Amino acid sequence: MTLVLLFQVENVKLLDRVSPRRSRVGTLYLTATHTIFVENEAGVRNETWVLHSLVCSLEKQAATSSGYPLLIHCKNFQVLHFAIPREQECQDVHLSLQRLSQPESYEELYCFSYKPNVDDEERQNEWDFMNLKADYSRMGLPNAHWKLSPANRNYKVSDTYPADLFVPESATPPVIVGSSKFRSRGRFPTLSYYSKENHAAICRSSQPLSGFSARCLEDEQMLEAILRSNPCSDFMYVVDTRPKLNAIANRAAGKGYENEDNYSNIKFQFIGIENIHVMRNSQQKMLEVCELRSPSMSDFLEGLESSGWLKHIKAVLDAGIFITKAVAEEGVSVLVHCSDGWDRTAQVCSVACVLLDPYYRTLQGLMVLIEKDWISFGHKFSHRCNHLVGDPKEVSPVIDQFLECVWQLMEQFPCAFEFNERFLITIHSHIYSCQYGNFIGNNQRERIQLGTHSLWSYLWTNRTDYINPLYRPDHSQTQGLLRPSTAPYCFKFWRGLYNRFDQGIHPRQSVEDYLRTIQEETQQLEDPGGRLHWWIHHQQPLSAKSTRQQRPHPPAPGLEPDVHLQPLQQQRPRVGDCRLELSFTPQ
Amino acid sequence: MEFAELIKTPRVDGVVLHRPFLPTVEGTLCLTGHHLILSSRQDNTEELWLLHSNIDSIEKRFVGSLGSIIVKCKDLRVIQLDIPGMEECLNIASSIEALSTLDSVSLMYPFFYRPMFEVIEDGWNSFLPEDAFKDLESMTDEWRLSEVNKDFSVCPSYPPLVAVPKDIDDETLRKVATFRHGGRFPVLSYYHKKNGMVMMRAGQPLTGTNGRRCKEDEKLINATLRPGKRGYIIDTRTINVAQQAKARGGGIESEANYPQWRRIHKAIERSNVLQESLIKLVEACNDQSHNMDRWLSKLEASNWQTHVKEILTTACLAAQCIDREGASVLVHGTEGTDTTLQVTSLAQIILDPSCRTIRGFQGLVEREWLQAGHPFQQRCAQSAYSNSKPRQEAPVFLLFLDCVWQILRQFPCSFEFSESYLVLLFEHAYASQFGTFLGNSAAERAKLSLPEKTVSLWSWVNRHQEIERLTNPLFEANSLVIWPSVAPQSLLLWEDSQYIDVIYITIIIIIIILFTISKKYYYDINA
Repeated sequence: MTLVLLFQVENVKLLDRVSPRRSRVGTLYLTATHTIFVENEAGVRNETWVLHSLVCSLEKQAATSSGYPLLIHCKNFQVLHFAIPREQECQDVHLSLQRLSQPESYEELYCFSYKPNVDDEERQNEWDFMNLKADYSRMGLPNAHWKLSPANRNYKVSDTYPADLFVPESATPPVIVGSSKFRSRGRFPTLSYYSKENHAAICRSSQPLSGFSARCLEDEQMLEAILRSNPCSDFMYVVDTRPKLNAIANRAAGKGYENEDNYSNIKFQFIGIENIHVMRNSQQKMLEVCELRSPSMSDFLEGLESSGWLKHIKAVLDAGIFITKAVAEEGVSVLVHCSDGWDRTAQVCSVACVLLDPYYRTLQGLMVLIEKDWISFGHKFSHRCNHLVGDPKEVSPVIDQFLECVWQLMEQFPCAFEFNERFLITIHSHIYSCQYGNFIGNNQRERIQLGTHSLWSYLWTNRTDYINPLYRPDHSQTQGLLRPSTAPYCFKFWRGLYNRFDQGIHPRQSVEDYLRTIQEETQQLEDPGGRLHWWIHHQQPLSAKSTRQQRPHPPAPGLEPDVHLQPLQQQRPRVGDCRLELSFTPQ
Repeated sequence: MEFAELIKTPRVDGVVLHRPFLPTVEGTLCLTGHHLILSSRQDNTEELWLLHSNIDSIEKRFVGSLGSIIVKCKDLRVIQLDIPGMEECLNIASSIEALSTLDSVSLMYPFFYRPMFEVIEDGWNSFLPEDAFKDLESMTDEWRLSEVNKDFSVCPSYPPLVAVPKDIDDETLRKVATFRHGGRFPVLSYYHKKNGMVMMRAGQPLTGTNGRRCKEDEKLINATLRPGKRGYIIDTRTINVAQQAKARGGGIESEANYPQWRRIHKAIERSNVLQESLIKLVEACNDQSHNMDRWLSKLEASNWQTHVKEILTTACLAAQCIDREGASVLVHGTEGTDTTLQVTSLAQIILDPSCRTIRGFQGLVEREWLQAGHPFQQRCAQSAYSNSKPRQEAPVFLLFLDCVWQILRQFPCSFEFSESYLVLLFEHAYASQFGTFLGNSAAERAKLSLPEKTVSLWSWVNRHQEIERLTNPLFEANSLVIWPSVAPQSLLLWEDSQYIDVIYITIIIIIIILFTISKKYYYDINA
């Protein structure tokens, strides 16, 4: 592996956020893809690697006695505070990073230069690993009620929709095209999830272009067709996930929501989830709280409250529960939409899927779900995650909220999920890192996977890292529908993600690691060859396990939680393993 | 007095019981002198046995002729009984009210309870001070066990035997006792084997406004310092509160008279405030509006977690002084029976691995709470649902348990016991068939003849079946000092224990299965 070294700065200080005493001195390397800080301390080669694509913002601060501070905020919530000895060097780093962290075209993204040692055929296999058709056949589709429609094969009907879509058997091409003309961005109602057991379906679309009084016969027929494809039910729900006021305001722009009088047998329901701008500001406020230096309990709780973050998470989960109840308990189909149908709609449909179907609570299932409801249905990853320099108003942590909803559910049902927290965090990091091709672009039509690798295949290959040792698919509590409590005290602050790099505040022993060790040992025991091997290496009772690691204790009690930076990527080389090609030398 | 006089209706049929997270039960309701019993009279169904002393308050509601009594318990459970017939309902309600507010200690259930199990080890003798002192003697000869308080005359809230520096005679102790609040002269709380440093606790010094001084007091605490070493006095009040205490005869150790000691003030809230805090917290948890903003602002306004953070921070500080600074510590607040004990006992959880075992934790509760004179009966008389005006009530012990739970969550493999053990202690501190938590001090317990007339909680807990139930399957002895994090992000809310139990039991079952498999193979191989 070759790293292109742009330049390096000696005697840089990496400042500790909580305790200045624990700052470290080292060399800062700027390469074409990473910023690398290597600690000088004799004996240890502590390295901190940060991908340029993960850099969210840079801030130069007023000079202090330790040098010229540069504050780097990352999209994975890492915060790095460097102090650089000379002003000119600080300026160089700042300018270079500013350029490097804001690519202007897709070709500049890391996924096109990321070349692990894999040949082209294998790379192609990586992409073949994910097969959405298999998921639809798992649901029992196509069947007598639902068919695969070729209408959008060339992205002609809706350029942000996937090519393959399921529609009701009775929906004819003119109905589809007509309905799409009456919906924002042509996103007509189509199937997201189908319940084999009772024929109820979750469908999704964008808002209708109803304005104050417009109607569309084909759109009405489309909903009628969805209703008829569920023979057991005589009505369906239409769920608008926006606050009512926002939906009403949209009417003035010729958009809006369904009029119950025009559609036969629909029950219309608003669920107030706020828009992307509110969510962006809310997360920003919450992150400011996370970054407070030794806050009091009141500072923290007040900040958390005023950020509104948990309120929004609860709104998304509440919406998911509403749909779940309609589908599983009432056997009624639901059409979900928001404005464009790619943010809130994606959240709500996928949360409902996790609640409804145990398959989506497995490793593979969650990957399929993200591929289906997010990637294929055109969640605008590149805009929302700011992959390229663009409109800051398009950025919003919509996918973060989905991952957090899953995490909140995992906290309530620790035995119901095959994967662990690490799985969610790794997915989160790579949505932003641009290391894999999966999330590049804003929709299927735009997506170019040429030469890139797939995250799903990587996660699957390394699945042992992501298995939840408590997973019990056969337990009554984990089968079928999950019924979470939505009492506010059940919603917790996700320290593992938002304060992920502040290691001093995390539990120092992990139940999960412990169980994993036991499980591994048990597996070794069960395999006859392994038993002997185990016996040779463990001539001691199980209670004195040597394989388990105790996390380091901080030198001072909680008063000064110590911060260790932990590596983001698992398969990352060390500086020593790389050939550094010098392409720039500072004067 | 006969209990029967208070029971207006001893039995009602067709009563429906509603409990959170559990199915409803229909059956017969019976009132006895000490219990409210609901039985469906069918096999294999659980009966409800509720101690009257566990009832914090009741509410009555009527819809037509159907009455409902909502019973709010001191252990924070809320149950509802639907009783057919207005008169029966009123009778039951007033009987419960009368029976749950009996004032006389000697009428409490522990005096009537006869164990249905075989007492193998009498818990009343499990943690005698002389036994604890034997352990100390094996480590150091600098301390002696004094009998100065054998008739409770020197300090009414101390046990008959206390550990004091070897060179200090009983006469000196008597003089020091007059200089400390409640006669609570400095005694040994913990000896840190690793470096020989100690933690002592006391009541505040009675310096008053004119700066009274007591040479014997200075001599006593200086006797615990190594030559040339300094110690720390951790005062659990703010400097202002401590200064104000002078007007009421209390005060602080002045630097002039105690040059070898550095005083640190760390504010921990006191009883009334804590009781308010618990009431607000429970109210917030029971808020039915399911509104997130309201919940967070109520949680914040309750200040409960602020108290947890304060207590843990102070305990960390004490432990840090001992383990890191290699200094001895004296802890006190005002009386030395509440915040002081929170700090000294938590510091021991942090420093001493043996306190993290089931038996060691009992020893800690015995030494630092029961024998150290925490007034359990006053503090636990009412809980969060009480309508009566609080007098001496305060969830001091519950806060201690909450702090232990926080450390347990951060070090889930370092404790021999599970969360259920903490819940059990909480429940029994407020209402119990055992005599352990009755009375306010060793003196009161002796006067009530509790060891002779009641059964100890420890006799029950320290049986094979119970220990098994309370054991943390993840436990692996950890001889290290465990430093908890006190960042707000690290502190969690100790939620409704019953709901957690469901999850926790699942986890335990899984672990036990895994363990059995591993152990089976282990023994197979070694066989």
